[in-house]
Amino acid sequence: MDKKKSIWTIISETRIIHILLSILLGFVVGAFFLVVMGLDVGAAYGRLISSVTSVKGFSYVVVYGIPYIMTGLSVAFSFRTGIFNIGAEGQFVVGAMAAACIGILLPNLPPVVLIPLCFIGSMLAGAIWGIVVGFLKNKWGINEVLSMIMFNWIAFYLSNFIAGIPAIHSDGTAEATKNISANASTLLSKDLISQLGLCPTANWGIFVALVMTVIVWLVIEKTTLGYRLKAVGANKFAAEYGGINVNRSILTALAISGALAGLGGALHLMGMGGRISIFSSQEGFGFAGIVAALIGCSHPFGVFFAGLFYGALTYGGSKLNLVGAPTQLINVIVGTVVLFIAISVVFERLKYVQFKKKPKPAAAQNVKEGTDK
Amino acid sequence: MTAFWNEFGIILYATLVYTPPLLYAALGSCFSEVSGVVNIGIEGMMTAGAFTGTVVAYYTSNPYLGFLCGGMAGMLFGAIHAFATVNLGADQTIAGTAINMLGPGIVIMIARVLYNSTDTIPLSAAQKIPTLFKGMFDTSTVFGRFMDNVFATYASTYLVFFLVILVWFIFYKTRFGLRLRACGEHPQACETLGLNVIATRFACVCISGFLSGLGGACVTMATSNQFRPISIVGQGFIAIAAVLFGKFRPQGALLGCLLFGFCSGLKVVLGGSSGVNMHLISMIPYVVTVIVLVLFVGKSRVPAASGKPYIKSK
Repeated sequence: MDKKKSIWTIISETRIIHILLSILLGFVVGAFFLVVMGLDVGAAYGRLISSVTSVKGFSYVVVYGIPYIMTGLSVAFSFRTGIFNIGAEGQFVVGAMAAACIGILLPNLPPVVLIPLCFIGSMLAGAIWGIVVGFLKNKWGINEVLSMIMFNWIAFYLSNFIAGIPAIHSDGTAEATKNISANASTLLSKDLISQLGLCPTANWGIFVALVMTVIVWLVIEKTTLGYRLKAVGANKFAAEYGGINVNRSILTALAISGALAGLGGALHLMGMGGRISIFSSQEGFGFAGIVAALIGCSHPFGVFFAGLFYGALTYGGSKLNLVGAPTQLINVIVGTVVLFIAISVVFERLKYVQFKKKPKPAAAQNVKEGTDK
Repeated sequence: MTAFWNEFGIILYATLVYTPPLLYAALGSCFSEVSGVVNIGIEGMMTAGAFTGTVVAYYTSNPYLGFLCGGMAGMLFGAIHAFATVNLGADQTIAGTAINMLGPGIVIMIARVLYNSTDTIPLSAAQKIPTLFKGMFDTSTVFGRFMDNVFATYASTYLVFFLVILVWFIFYKTRFGLRLRACGEHPQACETLGLNVIATRFACVCISGFLSGLGGACVTMATSNQFRPISIVGQGFIAIAAVLFGKFRPQGALLGCLLFGFCSGLKVVLGGSSGVNMHLISMIPYVVTVIVLVLFVGKSRVPAASGKPYIKSK
């Protein structure tokens, strides 16, 4: 990229401005619904903002954001490689369960061994969950979206089943697993939390998420592997003609994507609850990941902020009840944001009409950006 | 032997209860996908239909009107999806994801305003979709009892099987069907022949929303009697899976939904009688679907223009 370009040119050329505009419109539509329901817009939005801007509130936002960032990275990575990973939910669930099993069954290992072990276990579990789908696709041509939807539910019931096994199940009456060993917890020390005034579940998982964000960016943008995967995503026939093994690339992409979501499950477990409950319905982290990937334009850094943004809305939204506004307002706002991001291509076309007489000489660059979709 | 027929009757009954919501939505999904618009917003449209159906039926005490309004609510979200993707050329997956958030978000918000709760008030038996043939068979004989078990199902069930035939007829025997299939394969060629691709796709996505809405209403007005936030969860995606399973044909979707419904029925009976872990039994429909796919179905061909927005000037 030309270094002389001002930051404003870069902003207008990337989609940042569309995203910000979409977010603004999302809040406008949310305000519209609040007015229709006869509620005080200022009070509701004021509450939303005040609940996430304090130190404690912001630490909650970060904690809520971690799983969204990880599933978001997983989905974004799959988008860049031409696959729609609707299965991040299942990969997240098996990852969390793998970490829980390790954390419960090997409680006496020192943290420096146990924590990496949990991470690796969760990534392996998520990767396997992804690879199985890729294998079904390569071997029998089974549509990956279809098998991912099935594997999400299989993972869900598998998790519930494992949580019910006596060695794993809680000794008490709770419909959940035992708590993982304190050695496997990523929580910050109690002193530090009270000193800084953070929320009680503040943990250092966010730094893992940040490191993974950078790694994903490096892999996609700076390695041969990333180039190969992107080539398959852009046009698999051309990639195959160019000598790339398409089937293996799909497996690799799904494995990495699954590992990211699986690690998200581990970070969420080890930093938040420390145990897995038996649920009656899916929790929707995979779906949240799709939303984070879309708001973040499938760019790793974009996804990082989108995950935090979604975390802020989720946490802030849970406080909306206090001013009489329904929590579901958040879904409407985020849904609207996503809808406007979807139709923001229209803005691009308008821009094209405006500058029709003076075509940009940046055609080569457009081609490069075109592959990023 | 009597016990076998009884249990078999109950399995078939459960199949006929679990299948219709999926089948309505799957037929809807067929319309949209075959015309070349990926619609992963089925889930959101079903939720909208499920809520609207119960609310209208509750206030008017007319289940048929409620059912219809459920479809209309789904259609409204279908129209939003259609406007964004067909008219404005938005990314179909992104817009569908948005619908999946907006649908439940808006209706649960309305529920909170109307009832100060996320659930609606349960419908009375008269407000639910009626069962047509219940009590018509003599239950004293084994066969009569079997028939009584099977046909205890709701009117919406019979309608959906009729709709499968209708949709098959529309797809393969009418001009509109030929056109909508052509739009999904090669929209540019259609436009050259003077066909309005935008209008055809818009209509198909709206129909898809309408049928999904009916499917949602089916859940809350027949299977259960009230709307709750978890009424639909996942069923829209299962319907999409059934369409992929059926290779984008209505008759294939029927098989996919029946397989899934039958396994769910099996789950109900097995869960009650055997000592096997409930969670493992709940896994059956999903595992069986994957196995059947591997053994019998295999590769499916997606309509050529699926997922690509059609822009006229291109």
